[in-house]
Amino acid sequence: MNPSSPDSQEVTRDQTWTGLMLRAQSGDQRAYAQLLSEILPFLRGLARRQRHSPDQVEDVVQDVLVTLHRIRHTYDPSRPFTRWLATIAQRRGIDLLRKQIRQGRHEIWDEEAYETFADPRATREQEAHDATAGLSTAMLALSKGQREAIELVKMQELSLAEAAVVSGKSVTALKVTIHRAVKLLREHLVKR
Amino acid sequence: MTRLETTDQLIARLAATAEPVQRLRPPLLRACLWLLVIAAISTVGILAFADLHEFARRISDPKLVVEITGTVLTGITATIAAFNLSLPDRSRAWLLAPLPFLALWIGSSGYACYREWVRFGPEGWTFGESTHCFMFIVGFSIPLGLSLWWLLRRARPISPIPVALAGGLAVAACAAFLLQFFHPFDITAIDLAMQLTAVGVVIGVGCARPPVPA
Repeated sequence: MNPSSPDSQEVTRDQTWTGLMLRAQSGDQRAYAQLLSEILPFLRGLARRQRHSPDQVEDVVQDVLVTLHRIRHTYDPSRPFTRWLATIAQRRGIDLLRKQIRQGRHEIWDEEAYETFADPRATREQEAHDATAGLSTAMLALSKGQREAIELVKMQELSLAEAAVVSGKSVTALKVTIHRAVKLLREHLVKR
Repeated sequence: MTRLETTDQLIARLAATAEPVQRLRPPLLRACLWLLVIAAISTVGILAFADLHEFARRISDPKLVVEITGTVLTGITATIAAFNLSLPDRSRAWLLAPLPFLALWIGSSGYACYREWVRFGPEGWTFGESTHCFMFIVGFSIPLGLSLWWLLRRARPISPIPVALAGGLAVAACAAFLLQFFHPFDITAIDLAMQLTAVGVVIGVGCARPPVPA
């Protein structure tokens, strides 16, 4: 094997890591810190290959480091360290992906809701929009005459006399119609 | 996710708390030790309580020899598989190791049921010692399962479910093997169904309460 070939470099790296892990299992804290620092690029590479987003890569790496710490007594120095580490990293990465999928199933992403409620002014706009939508629905419950009276007097803001001319009703009849229409609208809006 | 500390801080914290650890012994050795202890305790129980004369009469039947061989090999291979699966760098193919012996065990038991049916007709399907079989397997699986669970949890397996599957099968097979010494009857179909149900219950409990994960 060529000493500078990638295979040879991997073997040398594995031997170095195995030596450090052996010392770490004996309680050598400096060797342990060196090992954990040296394996970081390897772990980040594995996490990226598992298609974790850039901001999640570090979460996966930290999870693997904590897991390695908890089960470091299970490493057998007669076996390749890199394979042991890679299996832990792959399983932890898959666990994190599964967790995200599970959480994703229970969450609803509503971009409009987020944008509306993040800003108090937008919230008021949303409420106004909701109220208008409710009023439109309630208007459907009115008779044709009542709807016309409301539109003329309350929406177009005509005077009673002007509205009476447009609708062809007397002012008194218009007042009664508007009174009944408002009462009906109020009932509908309260029900909502 | 909001991280509480940077990776460098985490490494410093882990290194500062890194005490010397006692490495786990090889999984084959740990499995053999557990099997030896169980075999020793079982031998005492069999010598004290089993009807060995009846067992000697029944063991002359080659079908029973095949059935017992299948059961005991299922228990041994499933135990070795469970200890191997509890370690991160061992192949998941260990889960398949007990399957040929499980097939031998279930196949020979099924053949015994068929033979009973041919010999006795519908009476071969009657309710034999089924409740006794069920209670025996479940009852013996409790101490066996607790001891195996205690040993397997030391590895803090990163995938506990395969470990629980293999461990549950190991415990159920060992209990079914012991049953042969206290069950002086040929198995009926309902006995077999109850035995399989008991095996399923033990494996199910193992999966519901797997060894503590990492």
